[in-house]
Amino acid sequence: MRNIWTLAKKEYKNYFNSPIAYIVAFVILLVLGIFFALNITYLTLNSFQAYGSSPDAGVVTGPFAFMLVLSLPALTMGLLADEKRMGTMELLMTAPLRDAELVIGKWLGAFLFILTVIAITLIFPLIMHFLVYPGIDGGQLFSAYLGIILVSASFLSIGVGISALFSNQIAAFFATLVSFIILWWLIGFPAQIMPSGVDVFRYLDMQAHFYNSLNVGVIKLSDIIYFLSLIALGLFIGTSAVETRRLQS
Amino acid sequence: MIEVKSLTKNYGARRAVDSISFKAKNGEIVGFLGPNGAGKTTTMRILTGYLQPTDGEASVAGFDVVEDSLEVRRRVGYMPESVPLYDDMRVFDQLKFMADLHHLKNADERVMDALEMVGMQDRADGYIAKLSKGMRQRIGLAQALLHKPEVLILDEPTIGLDPAQVVEVRNLVQEIGKERTVLLSTHVLSEAQQLCDRVLIINKGKIIAEDSPSALGSRLAGAERVEVSVRGDANLLAEKIAEIDGAQDINVHNGGKLEFAFVAENDIRPQVARAIVESDFELLEMKSLGMSLEDVFLQLTREEKSDA
Repeated sequence: MRNIWTLAKKEYKNYFNSPIAYIVAFVILLVLGIFFALNITYLTLNSFQAYGSSPDAGVVTGPFAFMLVLSLPALTMGLLADEKRMGTMELLMTAPLRDAELVIGKWLGAFLFILTVIAITLIFPLIMHFLVYPGIDGGQLFSAYLGIILVSASFLSIGVGISALFSNQIAAFFATLVSFIILWWLIGFPAQIMPSGVDVFRYLDMQAHFYNSLNVGVIKLSDIIYFLSLIALGLFIGTSAVETRRLQS
Repeated sequence: MIEVKSLTKNYGARRAVDSISFKAKNGEIVGFLGPNGAGKTTTMRILTGYLQPTDGEASVAGFDVVEDSLEVRRRVGYMPESVPLYDDMRVFDQLKFMADLHHLKNADERVMDALEMVGMQDRADGYIAKLSKGMRQRIGLAQALLHKPEVLILDEPTIGLDPAQVVEVRNLVQEIGKERTVLLSTHVLSEAQQLCDRVLIINKGKIIAEDSPSALGSRLAGAERVEVSVRGDANLLAEKIAEIDGAQDINVHNGGKLEFAFVAENDIRPQVARAIVESDFELLEMKSLGMSLEDVFLQLTREEKSDA
């Protein structure tokens, strides 16, 4: 545990020295800010119309999830790939820490960084809370942000796993991006065009686990298990990749 | 303590380390000597837990490198060949990070102690990217010493250093080697000669010779080399010496110098002196060169080649 924390701390600090991390944080906040402003303007202009429901945090978390698909590969691409390129992997792999601790520590560092960014975005629902009467739905806010946190954690875990397979950041970036696109958009496709018999794809569709439940305020155990499985899978891939590296060089 | 028994490592079809065995005791500095690609780094990487062996056994400080990898890694200080460090970190932070991974108490003090040992305490706040090659090397050494390891494994510790720094590092290694086991690799023969209690010459994954540096030097068929300086054309003299029975390997140098070798049982120096005087050369100097480790090394690796 201690080693995981040591690594996570180092990785977290490292992001604040990295231009890529600042760009990721900046782009996420900028795009969300624009979406938010447009939404608020739209809602204000149409406020005279009788709305069935008041606006909620989905205004922010909806586009946020989409931004995560495109931006998180940039946060994870270097996590292990760069250690290999610099040769510092040899330091980590000869230090007294388990391979799993190494991978989990890296993941935790990235997770803490994105949690920081997520915390900043809470300002948007907060503003909205004061703009609408009688305030936004707290339960839905909690559920949608829990969704964002789970989606981030899953993506980062897959990203760390893929980063462990490469020693080139750019290669790791594109491989990660492609796997995110598959998980988020493509894997659910068979389930959409075929009426039945492809339920497994429906369950694998990451988007559905977020937009259809968590983002609208429904917390289901099956969704939580789905995300936790993804996290475990990514960390397992990463650990196996490091272990394999010991067998040959 | 390092114990290696018929250790083998294959990279695909290529055998990088071929069934080597050796021991290194506490208080002993053992040198790995060999050309590039001989298997020095691979062996060290197995001993530090970075790689798993294909076959054979190795134990460091009493722990098996495969079964008890973590225990081994707790007790080994390792400096990899290229001294990998985080360029974007400060010197202190890099060492603190490693100290934390070793769960050291008073990590801050230990880091400063290690930096002081290598004379880098004034660079603690500097960024690693700004350091020269020699300074990086010393940080790498400080890192290897941080947790006061029982066994120190240094891959080419003096490569890329200027002569003054080489001396410093050598003194440091010698100091450490008094109580601990040190295994270092080098391709600088004089270094092995000065530093090591024992030298293992390794070529193509096999240990081809193992002895103290001085014993290795005198080992080769008792050959001796002599350098002669004369006034006059050394080429003419070379012809005369070549006629003497037992003279081998004659090399003419500039400035009337030449070198030759002979077998110790058949000392031809009197005949050579007579030949010089009889041929009207003026003898300025005749001195014994001994056999350098370099010669041994070249000869041994050459023998290997001709065997193959």
